[in-house]
Amino acid sequence: MSTPQFMEPPVRPEFEAVPSTPDQVRHEAPLPLAKRLTDRAWVRKTLIALVLIGIWELAARFVDNDLLLPTFSATCAAFVQGVLSGELIEKVAISMSVLLRGYFLGAALAFLLTSLAVSTRIGRDILSMLTAMFNPLPSIALLPLALLWFGLGTGSLLFVLVHSVLWPLALNTYAGFQAVPPTLRMTGRNYGLTGLRHVVLILVPAALPSILAGLRVGWAFAWRTLIAAELVFGASSGKGGLGWYIFQNRNELYTDRVFAGLAAVIVIGLAVEHLVFDTVERVTVRRWGVQS
Amino acid sequence: MAANPHLLYPVEGGRAAATSGKLLSARNVTLEYRTPERLVRATHDVSFDVYGADRFVLLGPSGCGKSTLLKAVAGFIEPVAGSIEIDGERVTGPGADRIVVFQEFDQLPPWKTVLQNVVFPLRVARKLSRAEARERALHFLDKVGLSRFADAYPHTLSGGMKQRVAIARALAMQPRVLLMDEPFAALDALTRRRMQEELLRLWSDERFTLLFVTHSIEEALIVGNRILLLTPHPGRVRAELNSHQYSQESVGRGEFQQSVARIHRLLFEEETAR
Repeated sequence: MSTPQFMEPPVRPEFEAVPSTPDQVRHEAPLPLAKRLTDRAWVRKTLIALVLIGIWELAARFVDNDLLLPTFSATCAAFVQGVLSGELIEKVAISMSVLLRGYFLGAALAFLLTSLAVSTRIGRDILSMLTAMFNPLPSIALLPLALLWFGLGTGSLLFVLVHSVLWPLALNTYAGFQAVPPTLRMTGRNYGLTGLRHVVLILVPAALPSILAGLRVGWAFAWRTLIAAELVFGASSGKGGLGWYIFQNRNELYTDRVFAGLAAVIVIGLAVEHLVFDTVERVTVRRWGVQS
Repeated sequence: MAANPHLLYPVEGGRAAATSGKLLSARNVTLEYRTPERLVRATHDVSFDVYGADRFVLLGPSGCGKSTLLKAVAGFIEPVAGSIEIDGERVTGPGADRIVVFQEFDQLPPWKTVLQNVVFPLRVARKLSRAEARERALHFLDKVGLSRFADAYPHTLSGGMKQRVAIARALAMQPRVLLMDEPFAALDALTRRRMQEELLRLWSDERFTLLFVTHSIEEALIVGNRILLLTPHPGRVRAELNSHQYSQESVGRGEFQQSVARIHRLLFEEETAR
C-alpha cells in the first residue's frame, strides 16, 4: 500500500441553515397502551401476585388436604370471616399498638445514639462497640431474659422490639451521616449551625436515603420479632395479638385461619411498604433527586 | 440610576464611598494540615490586607495553600502561627459574616428548592422573619437571573445555575467578606466566562468585599482588582499586584498579555532556574 504519510482533508465550503421551529417538528408521540400499562410498577406487581396465587391454588388442589394446605379461596373465606367477626381486626390492633410503640422508641434511641456518635469521638466508639455486640444477637434470644426482667406483658415485648429496631437503624443512620458530603457540612457550619441543630437541619435530610433504608429494615425486623415473640408469649399469657391468633388456631387445627393470620401479616407489610415508605420516598428523596 | 453609581454608592454608616479602609488582615499566617502519615505545611508566614469593596484574588499553582488560606479566613482551620482579623476582631471559627461559595456543586442542600436554599441561612443565621427572608431571597435570585427557577430543586439545574444560586445565597446574607473558592473551576469555558462577567456586574451593583481563589491567571486578572501571588510547597507570598484596569474586554490585548506573562514569570521562573 502506498498511501502518503500525511493526508489532509479537503477544504469544504461553509454553510448556514435556519433551524426549523418547534411546531414544524413533531417530537412527541403517545406510547401504545400496552407499553404504558406495563410501564407501571403496580400493574407488573399485581400480575406477579396473581401468578403466585394461581400456583398456590393449583398446589392446594393437588394436595387436596385442608389441614395441610388450604386453598386460596378457603384462606380468603377465613380472612373475611375473621375480619367480619372482628377477631382478626382486634388481634391486628393489639399487635400494631405494641409494634408502633416499640418501633418509635427504637427509632428515637437510634437517633440519640447516632447524634452522639457524630458529635463526639467517645459517642462514635460507644455506637460502634454496641452495634458490633448487639446487632448479631437475635431479639428472640433475649425474650426469656426479658420475661424474667419485665414479666409477662407489654414491657417484655417492647424490650425485644427496641432491640430489633435500634441496632440496624443506628448502623444505617450513622453510615448515612458519614456519607454526607464535606462541602454540605461546611455550609452548615458556615451559618453557625452546631450540635443538634446541625444534625437536624443538615445531617438528617442529607442522610435521609440511608435513614429510610434503615427504617425499612427496622420495620421488617420489628414485625418478625413481634410475631415470633407472640407465638412464644401468647401460649403462656392468653391475651395476645396476631402471633397468638396464629398459634391458637394451629393448636385447634384451623389451618385456614393460620393462613389468614399469615396473610394479614403480609398484607400489612405490603401496605406499609407501598403506602407509607414509598410515599415518604416520593415526597422526599426522589423529589430531591438524591435517589432514583 | 445616578450617572455615576460608583461614587454615590453608600457604605455602612451612610457616608459616600471615597476610599475604604482595611477590612480583613492576615498577619504572618502559617497553616498546617495533618495527613495520616505526616504534618504538611500549607502556607508559611503569609500576610495580606483586604480593603473594603476589594476584589482580592489569591492566585497560585496547586499546592500553594490558597484554598487552605481561604478556609482559614472562613474559620474552618485555625492557624498554627499568626492571626486573621476582620475589623480588628480575631477570627476564631466559622461564622455567618464570612460566607463561602465553594467549587463543588453539592454545596446546595438537595432537599431544599432554590428559594428555600437562599432563605435557609437568612432564617437560621440572620434570624429574619419568613416574609423578610423570602423577599430578600427573591431579590437576589432576580439579581442572578434565576427568579423563574425559585421553586425548582437543585438537581434539575445546570452547574452554572447551581453556582448562581450559591452566589445569590451568599450575597443575600450580605457578609462582611464574600469568600469564593474556585467557584467557576468546574464549569465549562463559555459558562465560566459568562459567570465572571455576571460576578463583576453584581459587584458593581452591590460593592461587596470579595476574596477569590483561583489557579487561572486570566481569571485572576479579569475578576480581581488586586492579586496576591503565592508560590507552592509551602505557600509563601511572591508578589502583590494590581489588576483593577482589566476586564473581559482586555483579554488578548497587549498590556493584558504582558501582565499574564509577568505573572507566569513570577510564578515559574524560579522553578525553571533550578
